Amino acid sequence: MLGYLVGRLSQAVVVVFVMSVIVFVGVYAIGNPIDVMIDPGATQEIRENLIRQYGLDLPLWQQYFTFVGNVFQGDLGRSMVYNISVTSLVFSRLPATVELVMVSVCIATIIGIPAGLYAGYKPDSIAAKLIMALSVLGFSVPTFWIGMLLIMGFAVNLGWLPSGGRGEVAQFLWFKTSLATGDGWAHVIMPAVNLSLFKMGLMIRLTRAGMVEAMGAEYVRFARAQGLPDRQIVFGHILRNISIPIITVFGLELGSTLAFAVVTETVFNWPGVGKLIIDSILQLDRPVMVSYLVMVVLLFVLINLAVDLIYARLDPRVRLKGGS
Amino acid sequence: MVDVTVQTPPVETRAVRLRHFWSDYRRSWVAVLALAIITTLVLASFGAPFLVPQNPYDLAQLDWADAFLRPGQTGSGGYVHLLGTDNAGRDMLSAILYGLRTSFVIGITAGILALILGISIGLTAAYFGGRIEALLMRIVDLQLSMPAILLALVMAAMLGQGVPQIVLALVVAQYAYFARTTHGAASVERRKDYIEAARSTPLPTRRILFKHLLPNVLPPLIVVATVQVASAISLEATLSFLGVGLPLTEPSLGSLISNGFKYIHAGRSWLSIYPGIFLMVTVVAINLVGDQVRTVIDPRNSR
Repeated sequence: MLGYLVGRLSQAVVVVFVMSVIVFVGVYAIGNPIDVMIDPGATQEIRENLIRQYGLDLPLWQQYFTFVGNVFQGDLGRSMVYNISVTSLVFSRLPATVELVMVSVCIATIIGIPAGLYAGYKPDSIAAKLIMALSVLGFSVPTFWIGMLLIMGFAVNLGWLPSGGRGEVAQFLWFKTSLATGDGWAHVIMPAVNLSLFKMGLMIRLTRAGMVEAMGAEYVRFARAQGLPDRQIVFGHILRNISIPIITVFGLELGSTLAFAVVTETVFNWPGVGKLIIDSILQLDRPVMVSYLVMVVLLFVLINLAVDLIYARLDPRVRLKGGS
Repeated sequence: MVDVTVQTPPVETRAVRLRHFWSDYRRSWVAVLALAIITTLVLASFGAPFLVPQNPYDLAQLDWADAFLRPGQTGSGGYVHLLGTDNAGRDMLSAILYGLRTSFVIGITAGILALILGISIGLTAAYFGGRIEALLMRIVDLQLSMPAILLALVMAAMLGQGVPQIVLALVVAQYAYFARTTHGAASVERRKDYIEAARSTPLPTRRILFKHLLPNVLPPLIVVATVQVASAISLEATLSFLGVGLPLTEPSLGSLISNGFKYIHAGRSWLSIYPGIFLMVTVVAINLVGDQVRTVIDPRNSR
């Protein structure tokens, strides 16, 4: 197990290193941020001073090592647009994204699991077919388009909900959240529904597949023979048995929610990290782009590592076969 | 002496197999309808120059006086704008069909290139095994764990705007699906006797890979390819919507929707809603076709 652990860990380090080089070089190739930052009328002297101040006159490899050195001291650089440190910029945006993701996960679970259970319980009913058709739509129709339809329907035509932005925030325990105010909820509900659709589709499919399989299983037939009511069989026995794979896949999907949040946050003008990365790409805010991307790579590598280690712990064949 | 008549099974020619495939396929009327819709859309978009009254990207044909006409109004050109006009006086129906053509070209090109790259990597990994396999599939798996939209976004941001750049970004984001499917199917095929037999002959590796192994792993790839073309079209639209895809001078459905999005608060919803409907119908129809193809070629469903 120790050998396996060391092997996987060193692989993860190599991946993060390679990816950070690729990201750094790639972002470097996008264009000169100085051109965007200062007005074209500035003198050559001001220009050169600024270039030197940001270290943009150094060769690329030297810039990379300066960056890595700073990262190890906890310094991810300064945003060229907002002129504050990237770390505090990201952390100021993070709560908005976290609350959006949390609400959307709740919506996906509350609707997705019962819908999936029903679709698996009566697979030939019309309602089940409707549920499955909706889950296909959730998978295939682009997120931003559904978001726009929601805005058109509920904000522009009906005027029930605000079309974008984050609502009023209030202190809840030790942090500020918009979920503590009614205005906040009015703002969060549409983007959260939009973000939840893909996960809801996934949830429905997973639950339905588990349910269909369980319905034919020995233990369910036995419970039936005992005369247990269906309600108790489904919620007491089947749900408990199929929840583990659902939770696993769902946990893995949390990472990709970050990526989908990019789209939803742009449509609803939600001030989270997803909106931040899009803005920094459009404004060529290099330090923010590089830091965000390296953080995302790190997150995914960690998720992968965790999955590998958990599987290895559970299944000895994994760690014996793939040593390094 | 006993007279033995050997009964040879009827040879399945390509035409016969195609007929069988079709008779299985048409059992779902939804899938037949989806196929008809896609065929119509492809024909209409590639025939757009002959079908619509205006080339929406020839600035000489645009008139600012025609801006924001509602669907059904007649403009200065003397013809009815069925789906209205946009902020530059572009006929929306013309713009949508031209945009759809761009979306199809990008989706199909990216799909084919990703298929070729994915097949090469998957086959190489499965055939050679060992360290090459471990390394290649490790990269593929890592990539699969990241959402395609994020990879495409980063690639598009690095490469800049334009059709070839977007195609490249989509290929990088999508080849891994093909590589994984090819590798899975090919690892199973590789252990079968006919490959062992072929390897014992002096046939060159390339020939074994592409003439013997590839045809047998192709069916699942066709399904993945269908779905990936739909997902490429939808990814490209998303990128254009986010502002890192195609500029409005070289529009796809995504850039049209993105442009129309600016005007939804002004009550001019036709600018974004019609291109959006075309996008949704295209993507859903391709997915439905893919689903039915999967059902038909799945050996568990064979008669």
